[in-house]
Amino acid sequence: MSSTNIDIRHVAKLARLALSDDEVALYGAQLENLLVHVAELEKLPTADVVATAQVIPSRNVERDDVNTPSLPRALVLAGAPQAEGVYFRVPRIIAEEG
Amino acid sequence: MNADGSASKYEAVIGIECHVELRTASKMFCGCRNVFGAEPNTNVCPVCLGMPGALPVPNRRAIEHLVRAGLAFGCAIPAFSKFDRKNYFYPDMPKDYQISQYDMPLAQGGVVSYFLADGTKGMCRLTRIHLEEDTGKSTHGGSGDGRIAGSSYSLIDFNRAGVPLMECVSEPDIRSAEEAVAYLETLKRTFVALGVSDVKMEEGSLRCDANVSIRLRGNTELGTKTEIKNMNSFRSVGRAIESEIARQIALLEAGTRIVQETRGWDEAGGVTHSMRSKEQAHDYRYFPDPDLAPIEFAPAALGGLRGDSEVLPQRRIERYVEADGLSIVQAQQLVDAPGVADYFDDVVARTHKPQASANFVLGECSRLANETQVPVAHSKLGAGALAELVTLVEARAITSKVAKSVLERVWRDGGSPKAIVESEGLGAVSDPNALATLVTDVLAAHAKSVDDYRAGKGAALQFLVGQAMKASRGKADPSVVEGLLRERLAAP
Amino acid sequence: MGPLDRSAAALARAVSARELTASEVAEAMLTRVGERNPALGAYLSVTAEHARAAARRVDERIAAGESLPLAGVPLAVKDNMCLAGTRTTAASRILEGWIAPYTATAVQRCLDAGAIPIGKANLDEFAMGSSCENSALGITRNPWDQTRVPGGSSGGSVAAVAGGLATIGLGSDTGGSIREPAAFCGVVGFKPTYGRVSRYGLIAFASSLDQIGPIARTVEDAALVYDAMAGKDPADATSLDLAVEATAGFDRDDLRGVRIGIVAEFDLARLEDDVAAVYRAAYADLARLGAELVDVSLPTADYGLATYYLIAPAECSSNLARFDGVRYGLRVEGDDVGAMYEATRAAGFGPEVKRRILIGTHALSSGYYDAYYVRAQKARTLIANDFARAFERCDAIASPAAASPAFPFNAKSDPYSMYLMDYYTIPMSLAGLPALSVPCGYVTPPGSAHPLPLGLALTTPLFAERSLLSFAHVYERGTMHAERYAPPVLTEVPG
Repeated sequence: MSSTNIDIRHVAKLARLALSDDEVALYGAQLENLLVHVAELEKLPTADVVATAQVIPSRNVERDDVNTPSLPRALVLAGAPQAEGVYFRVPRIIAEEG
Repeated sequence: MNADGSASKYEAVIGIECHVELRTASKMFCGCRNVFGAEPNTNVCPVCLGMPGALPVPNRRAIEHLVRAGLAFGCAIPAFSKFDRKNYFYPDMPKDYQISQYDMPLAQGGVVSYFLADGTKGMCRLTRIHLEEDTGKSTHGGSGDGRIAGSSYSLIDFNRAGVPLMECVSEPDIRSAEEAVAYLETLKRTFVALGVSDVKMEEGSLRCDANVSIRLRGNTELGTKTEIKNMNSFRSVGRAIESEIARQIALLEAGTRIVQETRGWDEAGGVTHSMRSKEQAHDYRYFPDPDLAPIEFAPAALGGLRGDSEVLPQRRIERYVEADGLSIVQAQQLVDAPGVADYFDDVVARTHKPQASANFVLGECSRLANETQVPVAHSKLGAGALAELVTLVEARAITSKVAKSVLERVWRDGGSPKAIVESEGLGAVSDPNALATLVTDVLAAHAKSVDDYRAGKGAALQFLVGQAMKASRGKADPSVVEGLLRERLAAP
Repeated sequence: MGPLDRSAAALARAVSARELTASEVAEAMLTRVGERNPALGAYLSVTAEHARAAARRVDERIAAGESLPLAGVPLAVKDNMCLAGTRTTAASRILEGWIAPYTATAVQRCLDAGAIPIGKANLDEFAMGSSCENSALGITRNPWDQTRVPGGSSGGSVAAVAGGLATIGLGSDTGGSIREPAAFCGVVGFKPTYGRVSRYGLIAFASSLDQIGPIARTVEDAALVYDAMAGKDPADATSLDLAVEATAGFDRDDLRGVRIGIVAEFDLARLEDDVAAVYRAAYADLARLGAELVDVSLPTADYGLATYYLIAPAECSSNLARFDGVRYGLRVEGDDVGAMYEATRAAGFGPEVKRRILIGTHALSSGYYDAYYVRAQKARTLIANDFARAFERCDAIASPAAASPAFPFNAKSDPYSMYLMDYYTIPMSLAGLPALSVPCGYVTPPGSAHPLPLGLALTTPLFAERSLLSFAHVYERGTMHAERYAPPVLTEVPG
């Protein structure tokens, strides 16, 4: 992990965040500084350690296959930035998005 | 494949990925209804709309469905499995990540086997089957033809978002379009038989992509593959693969390199066309979903989900073909009609005559089922009754003609075929002495046919047999009648 | 003491005994909020209609003979929790104007117990911050010194409780977001064991760390709220399916027989002298109350920050993807969907949220996942193991809840210096442990006209909320720090 470089533009693209050149410079510097601190983790002997995804392990937390009420459509579409009839509307999708 | 024989130089290497919607009452992670064709955006809630603060809770039945499906193909169900987030942005995916399974799927390995038309048996290994959630549906506007290309906006219905989906990934073991279709048919039969999915391609409950490459026969290296999408029926899967194999062969023969790309199947044009010129390198940033607990299966819990493997469709087909001597088509027909194979097995258990039983089940019974819109298993013709009938026919105690009419009666009104035959004196007449008068009468009434036969028109004999049968109200044993007729016609 | 300044326990008793009605309490509190909130900025929105409707229901239930543990108790709800029909913003432009169509389980349980929702309280945007300065929608001031921050991210709820604009508050704590502001504002802030309180309806920041907890003026009140909220919720698969012991109704008068661990790595000499002196005195008070102080070690505690600042941003980068301008909230139009996403998210998120999304996306991205995310998860294991070992030697750990008292606005311009504010609270969060902050004394920094409170953090093993609250209760009763001073806002402003 020793590299503390971060390709801010690439990461911003993955995260769908438009950044100005100033932001690229600012966040780039701030995050590289953070990565320097984060690099301290290399000192920890983690080779044989089990990763903790959830601190309190539970298993098979599931629900029965039963129906519960859905939201009224008026409420569903109430917050939509743009709706058309009974649908949410979005600008054109460029195929590469998928 | 093509005229100059170059096809035989090449071998296709095909792998199939299919997404199968599971049949459940509710969605994968919320209680909204899992149904096709509802009013847009009515089966949605904070969870499946990805609203702030909403959390997923997995549907136990969906997990069990997948495990059942996996066990049916001999997949290993690992003791530990988990859900991961697959991160990418798409407007019909509410959370902009899909809950899926990355490195620890619920089912691993396994084999799908099938028959090909020439009677050979094929098999394709499964890589894995994993559980995930479906996306919503976009309708593209402004392009005139509803396609995404050239559209200026899209409309989204989230009813399908969160529907449980299993993704079945095969190894690249498939070598032809026919085999691909046979593979899919086995999947479909199995899922339907297990009740885990409806598998209706027209409703989108099964969607598949094929990875196709070709190589010179004898090579072990894989060629450059293309991924074929937009196939909406098994038939179009077959056609698309055929077409893509031919296209790739033509390219290689012309010395052109094959480009790794996604290609869409154009049903009307019968060709595949490039969908993305440049493969985008995806970075899905999978990580374990912290909102969900891992899944553990104790061997004891698996026992309850492991059904009777003898009644699995492909196992049955193999048994019908290999042990019972039925044709592949007959075997598939028995398995594909709901409830019919169980009924058939019940009949055969009593008659020990699979071929004769199959003839009735797939012939008269299926005709009547169609006509009356009553499935055979729900008709008044119980398996015991049909078994009686088959036994009577096989013992030549009744003629097939009588059998048909009795079957039809019992189908509608119930009752015992044996009792009907006995009480109404419908037993076959096979005593030559008893039939002698009948034969004499027929010959006398049809002098022209007698002359025709003697003049060498063999078909006249069948006519005379028919007339004799008619005169006996179907009870005469046709082979005895035919023997008598031959005898008498041969005599000067 | 007017009803608004009583403890939740006393108020609920009075309302249950029909000495006053919930509606009277609600009206009085709404009036006071109208007077004081403009200066303090604790609430982003005041939910007067919800408060009145809830108060009416409580009065009806009381009239019907019910007795409710939080009857008529004014509640501040951090605005990252959904309350159906209210603006719910997470203090972000991207959700400005969004009306939640459903109610968070924790909020609902408080309402069911009789609480009156006064308003939606300010926070650092999406709960990312330690001062409330990252709110995109308003400034919250510390009731003790209005030139200073209330702490964060639950700064609004804490300021409301400290400033008399609510009797109890709900906060969420991911790396210290309840405990640090509670320390800064001289109130009790309690983060239960991860999973004790349902997260359903809490706008996620870092799912494996987020936990809702109570903010109150007394330990007893915090316990009452916890008792009302805790327990399995079928809508949250990570909520614990464990019996919850009632914590209110304390059964101990001292700390005899209790071993309290003092963490060697949390060297008080690193703190300002006056702050260190307060903590030394606090430890001495624990001993005076009967506790046996033992030295414990958390060798990996120093790695908490680095671990946290990988795990929390990684989860946040995924959790915040859904704010995309499609279904709700802000949209900035673009020529195609991709452009719309980028413009919406650029305009909708503030700088700290963007930083965390970027670092989290980086930590999960191809080629970095093992080096960053997985390594951080392994470090998390080591940190949790350290605590487990420490708790073999002690029943609770005492430590500073924050390294300093509340600081002035704009004092931490560098992101990393702000991250350091969480140094003492993050290790407990990573280990999922129940922890709280209770007032433990005051310092008067140069330039401050008033003494500012400090908080003592107490931490117990997983699920040991009952012990934790009873230890804190003994400490609180045995020291009475909260009785020594009151925030100037309470004494200077009429009401």
